[in-house]
Amino acid sequence: MFVEIRIHGRGGQGAVTAANLLVTAALFEGKYGQAFPFFGAERRGAPVLAFARISDKPIRIHSEIKEPDMVVVFDPSLFEIVDVLAGLKPGGKILVNSPEPIEVKGSYEVYYVDATRIALELKLVVAGWALINTPMLGAMAKVLGNISIDSVVKAIKTNWSGKLGEINAVAAERAFKSVRKIT
Amino acid sequence: MGILTLTGNYAVAWAVKRARVQVVAAYPITPQTTIVEKISQMVENGEMNAKLIRVESEHSALAATFGAAIGGARAFTATASHGLLYMHEVLWWTAGARVPVVMAVVTRAIGPPWNIWTDHSDIMDQRDTGWIISMAEDNQEAFDLTLQAFRITEDNDVNLPMIVGLDAFILSHTYAPVDVLEQEDVDKWLPPRKQLYVIDPENRYSMGNIAYPKDYMLMRYDIERAMERAKKIIEKVDREYGEYFGRSYGGLIECYKCSDAKYLVALMGAWAGDAKEAVDKLRENGYNVGVMRVRFIRPLAVEKILEYASGKKGVLVMDRSISFGSAGPLFIEVSSILSMNGKPPAMKGVLAGIGGVDVGYRDIMDIISKFVDEVEERGWFVKRQEWFFSHKR
Repeated sequence: MFVEIRIHGRGGQGAVTAANLLVTAALFEGKYGQAFPFFGAERRGAPVLAFARISDKPIRIHSEIKEPDMVVVFDPSLFEIVDVLAGLKPGGKILVNSPEPIEVKGSYEVYYVDATRIALELKLVVAGWALINTPMLGAMAKVLGNISIDSVVKAIKTNWSGKLGEINAVAAERAFKSVRKIT
Repeated sequence: MGILTLTGNYAVAWAVKRARVQVVAAYPITPQTTIVEKISQMVENGEMNAKLIRVESEHSALAATFGAAIGGARAFTATASHGLLYMHEVLWWTAGARVPVVMAVVTRAIGPPWNIWTDHSDIMDQRDTGWIISMAEDNQEAFDLTLQAFRITEDNDVNLPMIVGLDAFILSHTYAPVDVLEQEDVDKWLPPRKQLYVIDPENRYSMGNIAYPKDYMLMRYDIERAMERAKKIIEKVDREYGEYFGRSYGGLIECYKCSDAKYLVALMGAWAGDAKEAVDKLRENGYNVGVMRVRFIRPLAVEKILEYASGKKGVLVMDRSISFGSAGPLFIEVSSILSMNGKPPAMKGVLAGIGGVDVGYRDIMDIISKFVDEVEERGWFVKRQEWFFSHKR
């Protein structure tokens, strides 16, 4: 198993943290991982990229991910300004943060989850921004299919202690359960 | 502590903590900053008992680190690119005074034009200073090498400072699993710093005084002899580290699938991982190749390079920087060594990945297979420079 993932978000949405926690969760499953941002100038609100690789074997390569197996979109408005499907392998997976099914042209598996609603319900909000990285992380684990929600919760609690860890874990669990495939 | 998901920079910071470093002086520069940020956080939290000295420049950062070290403290600093160039004078000073210090260099291109991404121009620019200079391939090695650096530099057969190099972003800001050893285990392996003499108000020595030509030259000869001894110490420390913690890297040079290979590719740093991947794939296609990963550009493993390359049909060298008007620095080094052999292999120097240009294993497969095909077709040749600009998707 070797999966390459590209995450599209906006600066401040926690795309890099989500990628990092996905790797930690994979670690708890006995797998290997690698997570990195796009190495440029990041600004709050601007489109940003984060990448992750998950594998059964140690990962030796360090190059950019140009042909991902899966694309994750934290903000559906990015579809209008960024080519989020660039390089996505035929038959690849797309996971979008959206309250309703969205239409994507091409032979892909498309999933959606209302991560914003989950974050707002749990009051995961900072400076008016819904913190959607942990619900998106839960949904990513579900769509990938080989990372358990238990490992995701453990990774979240390693990163945030106490109540914050608990709430983020609930957010991930809710998204894990509510993510849907568009057929 | 076990295995943590850490960036290369955080891995270095953890190793500095595990080494019980007592003094850290540094000035921020991208992409190094997060090393010292993390250390400063550890000191602030009371997890690490060290004195952090804030300075106004990199020149002062190394000068303060040097001062702490001659006072007997285990001292560390970190920098990159322009910061390292600004420090250059003090690098000579530290090595010339034979003071063990460990410095992490997050390799980054030099401007103008301004560029924050990886290449090896900054680290290669320090080759003549008398520092031991190494490059890590991944985050785990950045951790292990930093710990090893204290044992190597503080060995009384060496007494030279050392750079632990790691590529900007592709290691420094990339999260990967790192085995952060337990403090008590590291304590058993790495004893507190001991040095032959310590300068403090009670023990007054003069350091850096004028030396007349004959004495000066003798002291230069001593540095070179220490470098020669450092080769054995580096091998020994890496071996002992392996016996103790279960990880070693082949000392001065790691040879990956070299012994039965007809062709070798030599390179340094993180893209060696991509080269190993390329070699595995090329072998499936009948290309008989191996990777010679140079872990230390100083001291250079002259004997090992000769040994590993002996009988090979061709050696390709990939450089991530150039010595303008000549060739890639690693090519200059490796080709001069291989020319000592009566029957040198075919050689080519490829310049790639400069200023952070992304080079993946598919690119390296193309570069290697092209070289092999050329040698098989044309026979023996030497090409000092070939620039690789484009890359595949």
